[in-house]
Amino acid sequence: MSTVPRVGPRPRWLDPIGVLGVVALGLTVWLGLWITPPDRTQGDLARLLYIHPPIATVALYWVGIVAAGGSLLYLWPRTRSLFWDRLAASAVEVGAVFSALTLVTGSLWGRPAWGTWWTWDARLTSTALLLILEIGYLALRRVPADAAVRAKRCAVAALLIAVDIPLVHFSVDWWNTLHQGGTFIDPGFQIHASASMSWTFLVGLVAFSLIFVWLLGERYRIEVLQDAVGDQLLEVSLAERWSEDAALVGAGAPTAAGGPGHGEGSP
Amino acid sequence: MWHDAALVAAKDLRIEARSRVALWQVVPFAVLVLVLLAFAIGPDQAALRHAAPGIFWVALLFSTVLAIQRSVAVESGEGTRDGLRLSGIDPAGIFLGKAAAVGLQLLVLELVLWAGVTVLFDVRVHVAWLALVSCLLATVGLACAGVLYGALSAGLRVRDTLLPILVLPVLAPVLLAGSKVWDAALSGNTASGTQWLKILVPFALVYFVVGLVLYGPLQEAA
Repeated sequence: MSTVPRVGPRPRWLDPIGVLGVVALGLTVWLGLWITPPDRTQGDLARLLYIHPPIATVALYWVGIVAAGGSLLYLWPRTRSLFWDRLAASAVEVGAVFSALTLVTGSLWGRPAWGTWWTWDARLTSTALLLILEIGYLALRRVPADAAVRAKRCAVAALLIAVDIPLVHFSVDWWNTLHQGGTFIDPGFQIHASASMSWTFLVGLVAFSLIFVWLLGERYRIEVLQDAVGDQLLEVSLAERWSEDAALVGAGAPTAAGGPGHGEGSP
Repeated sequence: MWHDAALVAAKDLRIEARSRVALWQVVPFAVLVLVLLAFAIGPDQAALRHAAPGIFWVALLFSTVLAIQRSVAVESGEGTRDGLRLSGIDPAGIFLGKAAAVGLQLLVLELVLWAGVTVLFDVRVHVAWLALVSCLLATVGLACAGVLYGALSAGLRVRDTLLPILVLPVLAPVLLAGSKVWDAALSGNTASGTQWLKILVPFALVYFVVGLVLYGPLQEAA
């Protein structure tokens, strides 16, 4: 019996994406810290805006699209496949990391800008709620179950979260708002920043998007491996059980009480 | 579907009437939350009156979790859920019935809590219809979302610990909007109150529709 789970080869595009993402991130750091000028009003503090909005974009939009899309496609009978389930689950897990990073980078910016690490501002509060919702999904995901049952349950949970997010957003938005509006782009899509600043922001967005795709791919791969290992462990314990039974039969019929192997070997 | 819903609701309510779990456990728990939060805030009447709307809604939300757990527990007996599934009743009907039963219990809870904040915190609702409408809308939303999440956690060994972490953040908009409407109802600021109803209406509507659609797949997954 082989000890290596039977899964396909590692996809070839995964490593180049990761390398590109890390290079783009390095470029963002270089542009953000050395090339761009300090902001007229916020000074060096504005440099955090090269990474905070891109991280938030990934956490809110990319994750939302992949998680909701994957869950919907899993629930749709014609496209039902564990691929979509694993993709959605991976997106939520990577999304939880990006949501947490959004909160951390926002908090780092808020301390000097607003004078406090945390404020009950609309976007902060709704991002925190998003993180809690994602943790709830991941808790549900960890409950052991048959793959198809778990997939269906999680897909429904993801859709329930997806419909809740706009409601959370609007209610918290009305409840209290202090966060500044769009920084670079106003509702008329006029860009208010120097060319080097806009380019750095764009490179940051590309960097974090690539890193998201890379982490998503890696997490998906781990999901496949986990399922394969789970299946294999089941096979191994079944095989052990059969060989025990065979040995018992070979040694003569076991007695009702205290026979060899009594009370052990159940998976 | 409506007939099925009535059957399921009647069954749940009959079980409730016989077991009296809601009466002897959920209602006292709601009052207990009122008292505990009052202890936390202190005996200052002005502070208590100021916090009353939030306390009302927090007590309601916590009690909703208990009511949902009870609604799930009713179906957790040997083969009960399979029995319900095999009975040929439309899943949407089951959803509606269970939501109606939970909703009716929530309405009773709200009455008790309303009386509780009136007596204990000495608050008077100036715009009664606003408070009433917010309670009715919230009841639909809480019952529908609650029954959905109850079905999601049904049949799991960890359901009692999992349900609160899944459902409470989802219910956050109801807490926010409900508290604000009550704030407005207490102070007589009708305009602010009606604005906040605009959160409660879509919440109730969304979970009502989503429940009708998704309860079937959920039942298969449980």
